[in-house]
Amino acid sequence: MMRRVVVTGMGWITPLGHDLDTVWTKLINGESGVKPIDRFDASTFPTPYAAQVRDYDYRQYVRDPAIHRHAAMNTQFALGAARQAWDQSCLGSFDGLDLRRVGIYIGAGEGVLDFDAYAKVAMKSWDPVKAELDAPEWARQAAVTMSRWGEIGQEPNMPMSHIAREFGIRGPAYNCLTACAASTQAIGEAVDILRRGDADVMISGGTHTMIHVLGVTGFIRLTALSRQGGDCTKASRPFDRGRGGFVMGEGAGMIVLETLEHAERRGATPLAEISGYGSSADAFRITDMHPQGLGPAAAIIDALKQAGLDPHALGADGRPLVHYISAHGTGTKENDAVETLAIKQVFGDNAPKIPISSIKSMMGHLIAAAGAVELIACVQAIRHGTLPPTVNLDVPDPELDLDYIPNKARHAEIEVCLSDSFGFGGQNDALVVQRLV
Amino acid sequence: MSRRIVITGLGPVTGFGVGLAPLWEAMVEGRSAIRRIERFDPDGFECRIAAEIRPEDFDVRKVVPKKHRKATKVMCRDTALAVGGAAAALADAGLDGDAAEPAIEPGRMGCHIGAGLITAEANELCAALWTSRDDDGNVDLQHWGHTGMTNLTPLWLLKYLPNMLACHVTIIHDCRGPSNTITCCEASSGLSIGESVRVIQRDAADACLSGGAESKINIMSMHRQTIAGRLAPTPADRDPATIVRPFDPDATGTVIGEGGGIIVVEAADVAERRGAEVYAVIAGVAATQSFCPDTVGLELDPAGAEIADAMDLAMTQAGVGPDDIDAVVPLGSSIPSVDRAEAAAIKRVFGSRSAEVPLITTVPNTGNCNAGAGTVAVAVAANAIKTQTLPARLNTGAVEGLAAAACPSRPAELKWVLVSQTGQGGQNVAMVLQRKDVA
Repeated sequence: MMRRVVVTGMGWITPLGHDLDTVWTKLINGESGVKPIDRFDASTFPTPYAAQVRDYDYRQYVRDPAIHRHAAMNTQFALGAARQAWDQSCLGSFDGLDLRRVGIYIGAGEGVLDFDAYAKVAMKSWDPVKAELDAPEWARQAAVTMSRWGEIGQEPNMPMSHIAREFGIRGPAYNCLTACAASTQAIGEAVDILRRGDADVMISGGTHTMIHVLGVTGFIRLTALSRQGGDCTKASRPFDRGRGGFVMGEGAGMIVLETLEHAERRGATPLAEISGYGSSADAFRITDMHPQGLGPAAAIIDALKQAGLDPHALGADGRPLVHYISAHGTGTKENDAVETLAIKQVFGDNAPKIPISSIKSMMGHLIAAAGAVELIACVQAIRHGTLPPTVNLDVPDPELDLDYIPNKARHAEIEVCLSDSFGFGGQNDALVVQRLV
Repeated sequence: MSRRIVITGLGPVTGFGVGLAPLWEAMVEGRSAIRRIERFDPDGFECRIAAEIRPEDFDVRKVVPKKHRKATKVMCRDTALAVGGAAAALADAGLDGDAAEPAIEPGRMGCHIGAGLITAEANELCAALWTSRDDDGNVDLQHWGHTGMTNLTPLWLLKYLPNMLACHVTIIHDCRGPSNTITCCEASSGLSIGESVRVIQRDAADACLSGGAESKINIMSMHRQTIAGRLAPTPADRDPATIVRPFDPDATGTVIGEGGGIIVVEAADVAERRGAEVYAVIAGVAATQSFCPDTVGLELDPAGAEIADAMDLAMTQAGVGPDDIDAVVPLGSSIPSVDRAEAAAIKRVFGSRSAEVPLITTVPNTGNCNAGAGTVAVAVAANAIKTQTLPARLNTGAVEGLAAAACPSRPAELKWVLVSQTGQGGQNVAMVLQRKDVA
């Protein structure tokens, strides 16, 4: 008999706020976190807006801020989200906790490059005649200009190292970075580690910010970002006919996962069960998704199979067995079309009957952290019986003919949700989360 | 009962070149690939040496099928190394046959490749930034926003995403099973191989391309390793090949190597069905997190308790104890604080036997390949088992309580070998490899 895995704590630091309830209320109200970028001068960038985390101070979430004084921004987000999840799980007051049986598996992105220092060093050591850097001069300039922790803190395993330090975690510890699929994959693999019995508790989720000069530059050059002018809160328009790319977000989502047995033994309150996980690779192109969505469909099919759900069946209430799909729904022409195809491929005649939405329409694309906040949104939907909308879905795309919950939240009894994430380069992941029965 | 997992292909990529043969030859003969850096003028750095792969020893364009040759233009160095390793591993495993009739179905082939923090090629980026230089010598962001950034190629960002190692490999070799990118510094390769084992055991794949690759031989990464206090200074009067001295009280730091590579991790039943040759069985893999007492990310618990925990857990999974282990392959980076924790862990696990269990060290030969380090370690361990040979050890003097001192290669009965890797940041992974005929 396979061990069952439940969620016993959740936390997020997002562009819409820094706690479970505030962010959830805003999502249900259809509020946008997108504003002009004020972290650097992006005024002439083709996309000068993003969904930034604002007014956040990580120090209230850690026991001793001195230990974390070098934490980069993604690590700061991760610490706040992890603290909320840890507190909700009440593990801190469980005397029988064996920290060697507590692990961590997150999908954290790299830290922020210190652009000012980088540019300063580069300009001082560039040899315009040879059109290359003078390496010895670069090294001398770097030694006096770049800050030690500003550089070391960029390693993608720093958020996990800080979380481990904060909570004393000694068990299996991984960071994965599969672009936009990272935190969904991290959660899926954390579940697997628990099912195997290699740990009793796992902290999982993701954290990322790419809202910095070179991050925004990179996505603009890829033509992945929306360039819509006017009201920037309207720029993220998943599944809308006028969609033209995503809007960058940032933040962290963290959950505490636990074997059901461990949760029951300590009398914890499970919030939901993760019952299925599927993972695949497109093996197609680094730039484009497979046009038929074969990779995403394969991941979804595997997740449903693991959860024992027939995509073509109907429940006693006449509904398909999956009640909500939290879409990857980035708002690029390609993703939303391919994702729709994949959902149709998997669910057939049931596809139009399943409500789907993309919270990226409100909080932007949190890249490595996107999957984790979207999974938390699924658990909230189960707990509250409300589905967050896809905002800015004003003009339906005739080719996208599923139920994307346009603009208004919806009340419904939600027992089972599917959450999808697809990364640049073709790594695809899907999770099934459901009410514990 | 979980599926038995074996290693059927080795594709290490090191300063000695691509594939097992050049690496193994150097390991047995006791040669080092560490030399003065040739790729750029290293005189601005305290550490001016590395184990570079020379252009004549590796050209990624020659290892990819013709239809993927264009893609090599958007591969950074780290990706190219992984792609080279994958081709070598598949050939070694006998899986490089007819693509139309693959021995393993594409959907049952996974891919787990560890990667590091990849830095953008500095000359490429700085040439673009230079176009937005203002009168004061700073980058003018307003100019950059509307004009300067167009000097970067559209796919610039995709070159440097860590998951591109796995993505290029899965595209070239049509691997459609689970694919992941683990980024835990020197623990990345071992954790990736461990994940392949898990994925096959949960029946989500039959085989995986697994491992890791990284090249920190560039100015940005050299600088980061320097300020992290990890690199050994290189006095002018010292032979570069003698600087790395794992566990030696006089060790002064590590030296970067580029490489790592890919191995084929496969379900034993599948390997048997297709008549594949087996290097070794992966009998146990375990991961832990070290406690970092002060500065998170650099310091490790000097007592090595969690490194020892990983070793104990891996042995428990394999059904063996410390007395059964015939050799240990630690990271052995020659970074004093990391060496200290690893040495303490080995002593903790092996007790009075710690001075007898031979260590196999690789960093003096190949440099510290970071995210690829564990792949080199596993490749060496697996071939040591297959050939029943301990490679030579270099440089280290006598160390109390550890069999770490320099010595030539020798034949040895190797039934069980323990591989242990510790990453900057405190992630640990331990793996027990077993000779295939040992019950």
